Amino acid sequence: MRIGVLGLQGDFREHLAVMSTLGAEAITVRREAELASIDGLIIPGGESSVMDKLSRTFGLAEPLKAAVASGLPVYGTCAGLIMLADTILDGMAGQQTIGGLDVSVRRNAFGSQRDSFEEDLDVPVLDGGQVHAVFIRAPVVESVGPSATPLGTLRDGRVVAVEQGNLLGTSFHPEMTHDYRFHEYFLAKARARAAG
Amino acid sequence: MSDSTPTTGSSLVKRGLADMLKGGVIMDVVNVEQAKIAEDAGATAVMALERVPADIRAQGGVARMSDPDMIDEIIKAVNIPVMAKARIGHFVEAQILQTLGVDYIDESEVLSPADYVNHIDKWKFTVPFVCGATNLGEALRRITEGAAMIRSKGEAGTGDVSEATKHIRTINREIAALRYLSPDELYVAAKDLQAPYDVVKEVAETGKLPVVLFTAGGVATPADAALMMQLGADGVFVGSGIFKSGNPAQRAAAIVKATTFYDDAQVVADASRGLGEAMVGINVSDLAAPHRLAERGW
Repeated sequence: MRIGVLGLQGDFREHLAVMSTLGAEAITVRREAELASIDGLIIPGGESSVMDKLSRTFGLAEPLKAAVASGLPVYGTCAGLIMLADTILDGMAGQQTIGGLDVSVRRNAFGSQRDSFEEDLDVPVLDGGQVHAVFIRAPVVESVGPSATPLGTLRDGRVVAVEQGNLLGTSFHPEMTHDYRFHEYFLAKARARAAG
Repeated sequence: MSDSTPTTGSSLVKRGLADMLKGGVIMDVVNVEQAKIAEDAGATAVMALERVPADIRAQGGVARMSDPDMIDEIIKAVNIPVMAKARIGHFVEAQILQTLGVDYIDESEVLSPADYVNHIDKWKFTVPFVCGATNLGEALRRITEGAAMIRSKGEAGTGDVSEATKHIRTINREIAALRYLSPDELYVAAKDLQAPYDVVKEVAETGKLPVVLFTAGGVATPADAALMMQLGADGVFVGSGIFKSGNPAQRAAAIVKATTFYDDAQVVADASRGLGEAMVGINVSDLAAPHRLAERGW
């Protein structure tokens, strides 16, 4: 099982470490050729506008869209969720996404860094159900289209985890809390697809 | 549903933002126009300040926190995180910056220190702090005071990268040296580093700082940025190097590319083409000791 982590910017090393811990071969993806060899992709936290720019500058945006369209399992955390959203709200002028998730995501939905927070969430699809989630200048899923399914919400009902087929997105950062259940959930998708 | 309430200002949240900035370039800007150029070029954050270090150096005088109006305008103008500088030890400037809603405070030697004995008690704040360091002991003292991110100091406003090189190499060498010590030797190491034993022990065990380490001070070219990354920096701050150069927008974008592809000489070479004049710069060795900013802070 070979999992790529988009390594243009952000906390990609943390995701690489989680994948290695879970027994997958983890590689950094910065070029189209590296996309071809992987069974799944993680788009890490970071600055979504920077990832968008670099992915277009270095000819990675279209191959990423093609990979999503082909059914490659992809998990996006925070900026990665933004990259997977079909629609972005409050993005930078001209900011584009790879898309694939039938959702609208509002960038930096909670305010400035002083409003960043930790909170416990219920995520029924995971073993144990409850997740301690870290939100850092985080986005929120503002609307969920008919093709996507919410997996977790804040106490005020706002959606912060979502899935659609082989795509998975969270507003928060499981890679920072040593809770690997989301990564395992994603790996199960990658394994299922690799098994055909 | 769980009964926990949201927690803000925790170490995880403060250090976490620095993790999200990794692999990126944080650029000094003095107005909205520069902030937009930096954002368009792919900066992961901007540092709002009144004068870039090269001008502080040229004009002299006391350098202070920026005008709140200017910081407000920059916060409104860009989507990326906005940092701002407070003077070393000036906790009221820091209180103001937190109130303004900046995303990170740089307790910076580039400004004139407000206290030559104490740094700010950074644990008291919800907003995270980044602090400069020239060596491991200094970095660990700042972390002990609550810094959530460290940048090696370099020598700001010179365009001479040699001090930045020295500081990142020093910090990494001192971390590596701790790895070879036996547990009973760590007590003396902590004394020598003038840092608390617990954090020294943690660094010895993990082989890295407990917070993100950027580098700063004198970075002026894509090659400089790639050099810092190859030396083990998590990212770079570029101060005067962009907006004191001939073509800021192009140079800023080039430094971003070189930071991401720091290990690919072809990309760094391409990014280095056609950038026009780099900032003129000053050799650090030509600076009289009182003008060396890196010696501020302890």
